[in-house]
Formats: sequence, C-alpha cells, structure tokens
Amino acid sequence: MIPELGHFALILALVVALVQGTLPLVGAAKGDDRLMALGSTAALTQALLVLIAFAALTQAYVTSDFSVVNVVANSHSAKPLVYKITGVWGNHEGSMLLWALILALFGAAVAIFGANLPDTLRARVLAIQALIGTGFLAFLLFTSNPFERLSPAPPDGNGLNPLLQDPGLAFHPPLLYLGYVGFSVTYAFAIAALLEGRVDPAWARWVRPWTLAAWCFLTLGIALGSWWAYYILGWGGFWFWDPVENASLMPWLAGTALLHSAIVVEKRDALKSWTVLLAILAFSLSLLGTFLVRSGVLTSVHAFAQDPARGLYILGFLIAVTGGGLALYAWRAPKLSPGGLFQPVSREGALILNNLLLCTLAVTVLLGTLYPLFLDLLTGNKVSVGPPFFNATFVPLCAPLFAALCVGPFLGWKRAELWPALTQLRLAFFVSVAAAVVAAAVVDSRSTLAAVAFGFGVWLIVGSIVEFASRIRLARVPWPESLRRLRATPRAAIGMTIAHGALGFVVLGSVATGAWHLEVIETLKPGEKTHIAGYDVTLQRVENVQGPNYVAERATLAVTTGGRPFTTLQPERRLFVVQRRQIAETAIQTNLLRDLYATLGEGDPNTGWVIRLYLNPLAPWIWLGAALCALGGFVSLSDRRLRIGAPTRFRARTAGPGMTGGTRGPRSA
Amino acid sequence: MTRRLLFLLPLASLALMAGFLAWSLMAGRDPAAIGSVMVGRPAPRLDLRALRDGDKPLTDALLRSGKPVIVNFFASWCTPCLAEHPLFTRLAQRDGAVIVGIAWKNKPEEARAWLAKLGDPYLYAGLDFDGKTGLDWGLSGVPETYLIDGTGIVRYHFRGPVTEKDVTDVIIPFLKAKQ
Amino acid sequence: MIAPAIPDRVGRRWVALAMAVLMLATSPSVAVEPSEMLKDPALEARARAIGQALRCVVCQNQSIDDSAAEVARDMRRAVRERLAAGDSNNQVFDYMVARYGDYVLLKPPFKAGTLLLWLGAPLVLLVASAAILVAVRQRRVAAPPPPLSERERERLRSLLGG
Repeated sequence: MIPELGHFALILALVVALVQGTLPLVGAAKGDDRLMALGSTAALTQALLVLIAFAALTQAYVTSDFSVVNVVANSHSAKPLVYKITGVWGNHEGSMLLWALILALFGAAVAIFGANLPDTLRARVLAIQALIGTGFLAFLLFTSNPFERLSPAPPDGNGLNPLLQDPGLAFHPPLLYLGYVGFSVTYAFAIAALLEGRVDPAWARWVRPWTLAAWCFLTLGIALGSWWAYYILGWGGFWFWDPVENASLMPWLAGTALLHSAIVVEKRDALKSWTVLLAILAFSLSLLGTFLVRSGVLTSVHAFAQDPARGLYILGFLIAVTGGGLALYAWRAPKLSPGGLFQPVSREGALILNNLLLCTLAVTVLLGTLYPLFLDLLTGNKVSVGPPFFNATFVPLCAPLFAALCVGPFLGWKRAELWPALTQLRLAFFVSVAAAVVAAAVVDSRSTLAAVAFGFGVWLIVGSIVEFASRIRLARVPWPESLRRLRATPRAAIGMTIAHGALGFVVLGSVATGAWHLEVIETLKPGEKTHIAGYDVTLQRVENVQGPNYVAERATLAVTTGGRPFTTLQPERRLFVVQRRQIAETAIQTNLLRDLYATLGEGDPNTGWVIRLYLNPLAPWIWLGAALCALGGFVSLSDRRLRIGAPTRFRARTAGPGMTGGTRGPRSA
Repeated sequence: MTRRLLFLLPLASLALMAGFLAWSLMAGRDPAAIGSVMVGRPAPRLDLRALRDGDKPLTDALLRSGKPVIVNFFASWCTPCLAEHPLFTRLAQRDGAVIVGIAWKNKPEEARAWLAKLGDPYLYAGLDFDGKTGLDWGLSGVPETYLIDGTGIVRYHFRGPVTEKDVTDVIIPFLKAKQ
Repeated sequence: MIAPAIPDRVGRRWVALAMAVLMLATSPSVAVEPSEMLKDPALEARARAIGQALRCVVCQNQSIDDSAAEVARDMRRAVRERLAAGDSNNQVFDYMVARYGDYVLLKPPFKAGTLLLWLGAPLVLLVASAAILVAVRQRRVAAPPPPLSERERERLRSLLGG
C-alpha cells in the first residue's frame, strides 16, 4: 500500500512540475500576477509530493518490504538499520529519486527564500527548475520506477553492495547531489536572466548564495568520496583520475570559475555573458557526470549498474537542457550590454585569468575523460588516459593559477599596479621558496617537482594570511584599530581568505602524501616484526571475527616506538556473506600530521599474512583542507549582503526603469 | 557577425560532444574492449611442454605448417571455457580443424581431467603454467582464441568465449579460404 | 565516484572472470606482493614506477600495481624480469606495448592520434588568452576613458577638499 502511495505521489509530482514549468512562464510573459504566484505554491507542493515518495521508499527499505523489486535487489534483512536507510540511494532508481527530491527541495527553497526577487524573475526561475524536475520525474516513472512490485515476494533480498556499507560512501552521494543539483538553480537563474534580457549586479547577488551553497556541497561531496577511496581501496591513494571522479571534478571547476566571474558582474557589471555561460555549463557538466556514470559509455570502478537505454534518455535530457540553454544563450547573450572597462592588470584581469585557467583545467579533464571514446569511434585505436597523463597536463596548469591566486586580492578594481601588490607578498614569497628548498634538501632530494609543489602550497597559505593581515592592517595600525577592522571585514572576505588558504592545505597534503609516503609490504607470521619510520610493528595475532552481515579476519598489530607501546592497529578483511565479496578494512592511526595506515592481505598461519604499512605525511590535510575550503564557502554564504538583499546605495543605482517592481528591501523574517 | 558566431561556439561544441556520445551508445561500443595488436603480425613465439604425457613439446613449427591453425587458451577453472568447448570439439571432428590448446595457469592434472571429462578437441595441447606464453601472446585472460594462417600470421583474435556465430561467420570461412 | 556496482552489461565479456576481477579489485591484498619484489631497492622502485604507469588490461582503470588480476601479476613479474635483464624503462614500456598496444599505457604516447588530447587544452588556453587580450585592447582604444565611479568621485572630492 505504502509503495503505491509513493508511486502515486511521484505521478502527482510530475503533474505539478508540468504546471509549475509552464504557467508561471506564461504569467511572466503576460505580466499575469496570479499565474506567476502559482510558481511558489507549485514548488512547495512538488517538494512535499517528492518527499512523500522518498519517505515511502525509505519505509519499504526500513521494514524490508521484499515485495518491492528495488528493495529485493539492494537490501537484506540482516543489514544494519543505518545501511538500510542509506541503501535507498545506493542504487540507480533510489539515487535518481534522491536527485528529484533534492531538485524539488531546491525549488521550494527558491520559493521560500526568493521573496526579495522580482516576481517575473522568481516565476521564471521556478518554472525552469520545474522543467528540469519534469525530466527527472518522467525518467523515474517511465524507465526507473523504484516502486515496482514483485510477486511472490522472495523471503530475503540480495543485499547492498558491501562497498556502500560504509559511512563515507553512504553519505557521499547526498552531498554530491546537493552540489550537482544546486547548480540547477544557478542554471535556472541564467536562463531566466536570458529570457528577461538583463544581467546586472543585482542578478549576480541573487545567484551568489545558490552558487556558493552548491559549490560548498560539491566540495564536501568530492572530498568525502576521495577520503572513502583513501581508506577503502587500501593502497593509500586518494585520487585516481577515474572517469567518475573526473565527472564530479568538472562541474566543480566550472562552479569555482562561476563563483569568481560572478563577483565581477556584481562589483563591476562586466563579464556578464561569460558568467551566464558558466552558469549554464556548471549544471550541464553535472548532467554530463550523471550521464557518464549511468550510461555505460565509459568503464569505471565506481560506475552504477549501466544501461544504454537509460543512457539514451539521460543523453536526450542533457541535450535538451544544455542545448536549449546554449541555444538561448547564442540568441540572447549578444544583446547583453557590455560592462565596465578595465585594464589588463586589475582585479577584473586577475579574475579573468582565474577563469581562463580553471576552464582550461576543466577542458583538460573533459578531453582526458572522453578522448579514448572519441579515438575508438573514429579510428578503432584504443588508448588509456590515466593518472600519469593528468599529472603531466593538469598539475602544471595549477602552477600559474596558484601563483596568481594570492596576487589577485591585492589588485584594485579597474586598474592596478602589479609591483606594489607583489611587494606586499614578498614575505609569502620568501617563506614559500624557503619551504621548497627545505623540502628539497631535507625531505627528498630526488623529486624537485614535489618540492616546488610543496612551496606552492605554503605560498597559498602564507599569501592568504598576508592578504588578510593587510586587510585589517595588522601591525601597521594599533591593535584596537586592527580589531575594529577585523570586526568590520565582510564575511565574504573572511570566507575567501579561508577558502584560499585551505586550498594550500589540500596542496600540501596531496604533495606530501603522493611524493613522500613510506611503504612497507611484508609477509609476517604472528610474533614477527617489521619497521616503518621509527615505529616497530609486530603482528600479534590474526583471528576470525563475526560482523552483523560479514565474517572477517582481523589482524592485531602492536606498534611501539623507542620500545614503548604506541598504538594498536587492527586491519580486517571482511567477507560479505550474502554477496560473497571481500572488502578490506584498513586501520589508520592519525595525529593530523601523518597517517599510519595498515591493511591486511591474504595469508595463513603457515606462510604468514601479507601486511602493508604506509606512513602518509600530511594526508589528513587533504580532507581537512577541503572541509575548510567548504567552510570558507559557508562563511561567505553568511555574509550580510546575501542575507538581507541589496544595500541601499546599490539599489539606488541599479533599480532603474525596466526593472519590474519587486520588493528588494531587507526581508523581514 | 564573427561576434555572433562566437556565441554559437558553446552550442557547436555541445553538438559535437553529444554526437559522439550518441554514436557510442547507438553503436553499442564496448568500453571494456581492449583491442588486439596481434592481428596482422606473425604469431608470437611458442615453446611449451606438452600437456599430455608422451606428446612432443609445442614449437613455432606448428604454426607455420602451411595449414591454418586455431590456438585456444583455456583453463579448467574457467567457466566461460565450458561454454565454448563443444564448439571446438565440433570444429575438430566435423571440420577437421587443427586446434592447439594451451592450458593457462592450470595444474596439468586438472587440465587433463577436464579434457578427459569434456572431450579433447586439441591436436596439440600445451601447458602455460606460469602465464609467460600468454603474456607474449597479449593474452588478457581465458578463454581467448587466435586464428593463424598457413604462413604463421595472426588473422583473428577473439577475447572471451567463441560463440556459434563466430564459428559460422568467421572461423569456418577462415578455415575454408586457406585450404 | 558514485556508487560502485557490478555493471550488468555483459556482451561477450567473460562473465565469470569479470566477476572474479571485480571481486578482487577492491581487495588490496593481492596487488604487489612481497614475493614478487626485487631485492635491489633501486630496481624495485623503478618497477613500481613503471607498474603505476601500466594499465591492467582486464580491470577498470587500475594500474597493474594496484590490481589483483592474474594477468596484472604476470605483467608485474615481466616488468621485473625485463629490468633485471638490464632493460631501460622505455624498453619495458615498448615490451608491453608490443603485446597489448597503446592501451596498456596510462599516459598515451604523443602521436598523430593523440595530438588533440595533448594539445587540446593548451590550444584552448592560447586562443582564449589571445582573444581576451585583443578584446581588452580594442575596447580600450575604442572606448573613452571610463567615467569615475561614485567612490572615486567621492575620494577625489575628499582629496581636493583636503
């Protein structure tokens, strides 16, 4: 009964989405207030309906209702409750339902928080959002119905892919989708702006919180995925340039570029058509990612159950959304008025450089991901594009990006002098060069490149600190004055400093772990000992343990340093009984400066067990840095000007004739 | 005008990319296919001990006898090998094909027992216990099958089990053409 | 990096082998093993570096160094044998390409077929930079100097006013 209720709610949601996707558009074109107002009501209704559908599916999972095909295929009664719930989105149908849910929730959020938007803009944004939703709901209902029944119901299900029975991966998809789908709002704003024929600083300010939110979630989602790969795949790697990873990196790069170019629109009323294009592309690349993961056109360790028919549908949808958006862009964007002028050396110039490099990085990833497919189709030649390719192409392009990153904030708008900006950064420069030299001399004399990259990481951190210090004129004015300036600093600026500095931590962690990790692979019998970086590691015993839905071999490794006990590591090898799959459970001891990482391999008491030990310097910084980066985004999101609409001075300048009357003053509530 | 064209560039790029992706889906391109560089080249070296007791070792000479030869890598632990095995039996018995079987990463007694149970279509049978010959042949797993013409050139390379369709469409015409 | 699952697309692939590979793919125990490793640490380090640049031919985007597959093990061993016999790194790569084609290289060789792969992004960078420079220059010449912003005017007033 409840699954049917969910199915029914989904059908109703599709109908509501169709209404929401059409009538408000008509209303906005004709100036009909009632039709426009329909958008908000419909958005809230749609969100409620999809929420009911999602709750119905969750209920089927929690109660192990094996009359539902989806539950049979992806759940098992012996599974812990938390993985029954996360199992809802651990499969194609359920994850698409999650997509639709997040999409509808974002639509509702626009309806709720968009009170300060002009009526026509809000109506159009909600309608575009609903049209995207229509595509997804139809996809669910016609090709991937999660509520399909099975009769007779089998006594038990097939269980969830063991890899997904893990906290890291269980919550990775929702975060990732919050990012992907968040860009749909940005896309909707871009299309609405093209329809309205105006892009101005006010528009940029309205889009900013949505872009920021999507970007923060995507950052967290990618970081969580990478962390998962680090501890589950068992050889200490954290990024593999797999097509599916690339699929999430591309919208992130485009979204990052968008965040920066939108600043130019907001402050200087320039780069308008470019920013609109980026807004369209960020969401298009999110859809491309979805297509690549689900269509089976590429192989990936992480791919979903793949189906060419679904692939064709998603491709059609991708073409409709992206093609529609880009066609509208080609038609309307040339009419957007060119913005303010500026010299090449200026804040605008620096942000353009940022965009240029970020987009080149995105093109690198796109080419690398799809080239094997292109070449195979055209010539039949098979090539592989893997980590060594990206290390040779992507990584060098980061150098100018990072170099310019610290300089940009020192340049004024419109025209600036490069030299004064550089002299302000001399401390950061010398510190980072010193760090690179020390890294080369002390840590590793073989890899100069790693040392240089390490220097760049330090440059990002120190450069960001210097930028912030100069903003509050630390040590140049008396302390109380600096403190006053600190309090007056907008949250957006604080967020920028945090995010930029955090990137430095990601770089340091990646470089140190990638280039300077230590590795010991040995076969040990119980009682035998090995060494890694000052630690003595003894294999004490290997025993069999019983988990809720797996059996495991667990090794106990006693770690001592200087004769004193330091810690105990217990890596496991789990065999999931239902799926007959083996998963390694690594043991990691971290002190936030390095990870001591152990995995248990095959073996038996006679020959011993293969034990792999890694010492990964600064590894935790990769994910802490990424989390800090997202935190910077959230801090920026809490900026006053995003919370309470346009400040008065700006309103006086931009709200000219032609602006359809919307309330743009501070919102109550 | 050129300015307008510039604004069409994103749409054109999308069309190009979408075209390729659609092509890939429609053509049913297998993304896991790895191709083979062996086709058109002289067959790699063959120097193996015989699988069956009393047989002579397998050498390159087998592949340059003037007659087309089928070389089939198999293993007793390989499930898809079971599926294609009857096809080879029929090819040997009905069509008189010369088939060289090579047991890959297989204990000889297990491979022999497997053949004893299912029938032995191999005129010559060798043992590649450590997989070194397989590596020289660009093997990625079992079963894989190579068609070699009378002059010792590899003409076809099947990765995965040979199917009924492969036999009628490729293997039989190949054997007939070269005789 | 979305949910991993066994692809249900079979075609003419080896069902059983693919399953076996997938089952082992996430188990780290069977990648490079102690018994395979060379005594000479310098040579072993080269072998590891080469192994990380060679693709396991039956896996999904894994290097032979990270893979549990039988053929990956054979390839690791062959790499070490070649190195022990005195081959250079490039000779080892050539050895593998002769058997498995360019597919086996995780970094595609630079040749006619991969020209666009290697030069595509730099080309975009070059053309876009040139276009931006031209646009900025043209607009600077064509347009009158920008009028002062409100803030600048204010600043000017305050400066002039002392």
